[in-house]
Amino acid sequence: MSEQYPALVVIGPLLCALLVSVAGWLRPRLCLPLALLGLGIAASSSTGLLAQVLTHGPVTYRLGGWAPPWGIVYHVDNLNAVVAALVSWVALTNLVASYRAVMTDYPEKIGPFYTLYVLSVTGMLGMVVTGDAFNLYVLLEITSLTGYALIGLGGGRAPLASLNYLFLGTIGASFYLLGVGYLYIVTGSLNMADLAKLLTPLHGSLALLAAFAITLVGLWMKMAFFPLHAWLPNAYGFAPSPAASLLAPLMTKVMVYVMIRVMISVFTVEFILSEVALSHFVVWLAVAAMVAGGLLALGQRDLKRMLAYIVVAEVGYMVGGAWLGNKLAMTGAILHIINDAVMTFCVFLAAGCIYQKTRGTAFEDLQGLFKKMPWTMTALAAGALAMIGVPPFCGFFSKWYLIRGGLEAGHWGFVGALLFSSLVNVVLFFRIFEIAFFEPMSHGHGGHDGHGEQGGPVALAEAPLSMLLPLMAAALGLIALGLATGPLVEKIILPIIPAGLG
Amino acid sequence: MEQYIPLFLTKYNYWVYIALMMIGLWAMIAKNNLVKKIVGMNIFQTAIILFYVSIGAKYGGTIPIIQHGSGHGHEAAVRAADYINPLPHVLMLTAIVVSVATLGVALALVIKIHRRHRTLEEDEILEQLRES
Repeated sequence: MSEQYPALVVIGPLLCALLVSVAGWLRPRLCLPLALLGLGIAASSSTGLLAQVLTHGPVTYRLGGWAPPWGIVYHVDNLNAVVAALVSWVALTNLVASYRAVMTDYPEKIGPFYTLYVLSVTGMLGMVVTGDAFNLYVLLEITSLTGYALIGLGGGRAPLASLNYLFLGTIGASFYLLGVGYLYIVTGSLNMADLAKLLTPLHGSLALLAAFAITLVGLWMKMAFFPLHAWLPNAYGFAPSPAASLLAPLMTKVMVYVMIRVMISVFTVEFILSEVALSHFVVWLAVAAMVAGGLLALGQRDLKRMLAYIVVAEVGYMVGGAWLGNKLAMTGAILHIINDAVMTFCVFLAAGCIYQKTRGTAFEDLQGLFKKMPWTMTALAAGALAMIGVPPFCGFFSKWYLIRGGLEAGHWGFVGALLFSSLVNVVLFFRIFEIAFFEPMSHGHGGHDGHGEQGGPVALAEAPLSMLLPLMAAALGLIALGLATGPLVEKIILPIIPAGLG
Repeated sequence: MEQYIPLFLTKYNYWVYIALMMIGLWAMIAKNNLVKKIVGMNIFQTAIILFYVSIGAKYGGTIPIIQHGSGHGHEAAVRAADYINPLPHVLMLTAIVVSVATLGVALALVIKIHRRHRTLEEDEILEQLRES
């Protein structure tokens, strides 16, 4: 059983997605249990896989028994194992939380929603475990297509935002495919480990550099790296809240993982370190992403859109860290994938809870929420503190590694932008706390009629328990991850940092 | 200038795919009608499919179906140079499926947009959004 974990991670949710779509026609009641079953299989087998990889070393799984350069293999080391566990657990937690929101907002679309949800997670998990460059493209498109549909389910401007995402996402995926084509021309192989071996004698060739640049542009488009981020704020801002809290934390993070995988396992660090001009350029782009993401977030008057711009800034942290070219920064970037997924999940889920009660996330809707929804706001505060980088919340530790990496590389621009972005986060979140804590509730009337200042105790109107418990789990996860930083770095991240990094 | 002419002539498949890609990209950026943008997107994807198909082709190569029955040992061995490379073509079957699915999702979204805005011209939609 345990040797089948890499396949089960993908096959389990894939088959369950099929069952969910059938159940959607026959018995919509069964959709959620089947989806839970699928993601439960994924979560338990990815956890088992992580334990297996940590004790016995990397696992290579041959699909259909075909040997590596010809067949598709799933190659799982510490990096994919931990990201797969992260993706499946966050998706499972969010699935529980999505129950009430889907019931109230899309009662007639339960079947399609859960089918798309499970398929989307299947694609992400497949991208994480696969060891084949073309297989990755297919799974990337599975995730993206289901993502467009999930976002398009929302009302109002959501379909237009989703169509824009589709245009840019398709360009991104096509660029990735083109880059893989270039690699195939020069090597004749699609297997990542095989590619790394065949590419070593080609370092310095122009075709390789072109393949690398084209692949990177494609991946950056998908992860909304700064100048290519235009699709993200609208897509995640207008998406239905259960879809937003699935895609916003996971999609960008999985793409950053893919970028790091392509960097260290296909092109290898020796190649990246030899292209000094390119890595300088990328780190400065990351600096621009952090600064611009923060400044654009300051201009928003809606919680979800503000969070979406923070995601743009966070992508800058991770890409910058991966390209600084030393061990500390790479450790920080990988640690930040894990931490940022959980903290983005926490704040988007809190925004979902708020939307469930107030039917809006504009700043005016947040007034007086600390009294009305104390637990939700506490969790939002926890997520905010993690994003600002206050110990013992997990955000602090990955930023600490990133800043130390920046200092070691002597890149003051990166360090400065990271600190600036953290300060902007302070302003952003304390502005929200001020509105939610001090401003009285406005109901469109009253407030100025003489007895408005202490209008009696405010009735508690918390989000339903099925949303609140996952939210609490995410908030506690932030502290737990922060406290577990030491073992996480020692046992999981350090062994996979390539030795070639300075 | 003369040294570039062979570059154009011998590698014309690459120039064709780049030209198609740019046509598609231009349509996606510059066209105002959402369906025309989708057509541009499809041209863009088809360009890459053509690129892959062209790299598998060989002069004098035939379809990669191996015929047994004549000769033993050396004579029965397969000479790869006689056959076109089927792998890029097979990969593109998957890519075609992906692009059809993308087209389907895009058209579904366009129907949803049309129901709400009663138009598919992007500037008119943006106008409506600004007014509301």
